[in-house]
Amino acid sequence: MSAEESIKKELTEAFDFIGEDKINIQRPGRIFIEVGQENFAKVFDYAVRQLKFSHLCTITGFDEKERLAFMYHLTQGPGPMLNIKTSVPKEKPVIKSVTPYFPGADCYERELEDLFGATVEGLMPGFRYPLPDNWPKGQHPLLKDWKQDTSEQKKG
Amino acid sequence: MHNSKEFKIPIGPQHPALKEPESFSVALRGEKILGVDIRLGYNHRGIEKACEERSYVQDIYLIERICGICSHAHATAFIQAVEEIAHLAVPERALYIRTLVGELERVHSHLLWLGVAGHEIGFDTLLMYTWRDREIVMDILADLTGNRVNYGINSIGGVRRDISPAQVKDVLKAVDKLEERTKYYIEVATEETTIIKRLSGVGVLAYDDAIKLDAVGPTARASGVARDVRRDDPYAAYDKIQFNVITDTHSDVYGRTVVRVKELMESYGMIREILKKMPEGPIAIKAPPRRIPAGEAISRYEAPRGEDVHYVKSNGTEKPERVKVRAPTLANVQAVKHMLKDRFLADMPIVIAAIDPCFSCTDRSIAIEDGKSRKKNVMTWQELHDYSIKWHRERGFDPAEINRKFHKTMEGK
Repeated sequence: MSAEESIKKELTEAFDFIGEDKINIQRPGRIFIEVGQENFAKVFDYAVRQLKFSHLCTITGFDEKERLAFMYHLTQGPGPMLNIKTSVPKEKPVIKSVTPYFPGADCYERELEDLFGATVEGLMPGFRYPLPDNWPKGQHPLLKDWKQDTSEQKKG
Repeated sequence: MHNSKEFKIPIGPQHPALKEPESFSVALRGEKILGVDIRLGYNHRGIEKACEERSYVQDIYLIERICGICSHAHATAFIQAVEEIAHLAVPERALYIRTLVGELERVHSHLLWLGVAGHEIGFDTLLMYTWRDREIVMDILADLTGNRVNYGINSIGGVRRDISPAQVKDVLKAVDKLEERTKYYIEVATEETTIIKRLSGVGVLAYDDAIKLDAVGPTARASGVARDVRRDDPYAAYDKIQFNVITDTHSDVYGRTVVRVKELMESYGMIREILKKMPEGPIAIKAPPRRIPAGEAISRYEAPRGEDVHYVKSNGTEKPERVKVRAPTLANVQAVKHMLKDRFLADMPIVIAAIDPCFSCTDRSIAIEDGKSRKKNVMTWQELHDYSIKWHRERGFDPAEINRKFHKTMEGK
C-alpha cells in the first residue's frame, strides 16, 4: 500500500464523518481532504499528532461566494502532502489559530485576517500583516468583489 | 550603565543597515535583546490579486518579478502547478533545462549571500571576491536565457530557449572556474579564525526549534534538519540527478555559512550531470493551451532560500481563480525572532542576513489609486515630508518641536 493510501485508510478509520469520497489522492504525493468547520480541529490534531505531519507549508484562503475557505498544506518532510480544507460562513468568518501547533503560522494567519477579513482566534498580539497601518477598515483585497477601480483591466 | 532599564529601539522601515524595507521593534536591556517584533509588508504589491486579473501567460512573467534573485524559483513553481492541472507532458529536455537554470540560480544566489554575510561582519574583501566571481555565473545565465535576472526561460509546457553544444562547453568551463574559487571559499570559511570566531554561537537555532518554528532551506539544514524539496518532493529532473542534502549541526550562523558553501559544490556536480544526461528532443509542447481546465494543484520548489510553495486554482478560463505564493523568508521569520532573543544587538545584522532574507518575495503584492479622479497616489516631496511629520507626531514624536527646542538652546548660548 502506498503512503498516500495508508494515510487515507487511517483517516477514514479514525473518523466516521470522513468517507472514502471525501479524500482525493490527486497524484502521488498530493492528498486533498475537505472537512466541515465543526470537525476541523479534530482532524488537524490527528494529522499533526498521530500522522506526524510536522511541517505546515502555508495556509491558502479562498473567497467562495457565501463562504470563506481555508486550506492548510501539511507535510511530513519526505512523503506526501496533506491538504486539509475547511470553510466558514462569511457573516461569521471565525477560525481558531493553529499557532499552538505551529508558531510559524503566525504570519499566514495574519494574512488571512488582512486579505480575506477572517477573524483568527488565539493569535498573539502583534503587528498586522501585510497591509499598511492606515489601510481603510473593511477592505480586504483578495475578496472577489474587491476591485481596484482604476486597474488597467477594467479600462479594457 | 543603563543595564537595569529596558529600552525599545525601532529599526527601519528605512535604515542604512537594511537592504529592504522591514521594521524591527527591538526591546533591549543594555546590549542584550529581550525580544523582537517584526513588521513586514512594506513590499506588498498585490501580486496574488493581480494574477487573478491576468492570463496564465502574463502571470508567468508577473510571478517571475516577485523576486529579482530567485525569480526562476517562483516562475517554475507556478508553471509546474499550471502544468499539473492541465495534465501537460513537459518534454524531458525542457525539464533538464529548467533544472540547469535552477541550479545556476542557486550558485549566483549563494555567492551573493556569501558576499553580503562578509559585508555584515566587516569582511568586505570577501564581498568583493564573491561578487566578482558571481559575475561568471551571471554571464552564463545571460548567455543561456538572454537575461541576467528574471530569465523568462519558462513557458507553459516547456522552455523558451534551447541550449547549444557551444553553450554547454561555456557552462562547463565556467563551472570549473567557479569550483576552484569555491574551494578557496570553503577554506576561508572553515579555517579563517576571524570568520569562525565571529559566526560561531551567533543566532543559534536548535534542531527542535527549527522543526517547531517551521524553518526551511539552509536555515533549517544548518540546524540538522534534512529538509530539501529537491529530494523530498522531486520536481523537474531532480529525481534523475545525484546529489547530497547538505546538513550541519552547528545550528548557528557559522553552520549556515558552511551549508551554503558546500551546497555550491553540490550544485557544480549537479550542473555537470545535467549537461551530461540532458536528452535530445523538443524543448516545449506544441500549441500550449490558453485555457486551463478547472482544477487545483500545489507545487513546491527548493529555492536558494528554502521551500517555495505555490498553489494554483483554475476555473476553466484563461485566468486563474486563485494563486497563492509562500516564499521561503516568510517561513523563516519566526525563527529569526527566536535566534535574536537574549543575543547582543551587534549580532542583529548578521543573524538577519544569515537566513538570506528576501522580503520582496515575502510580501509579494498594492498600488493605491484614487477611484474617482483616477489619479495615481504619487506624493510630491513636500507631501511626503508632511506625511512623515504627521506620522511621527501621531506616535508622540514631534520633530518640529525638537527643532524649536534646539534653536532656542542655541540662541540661549
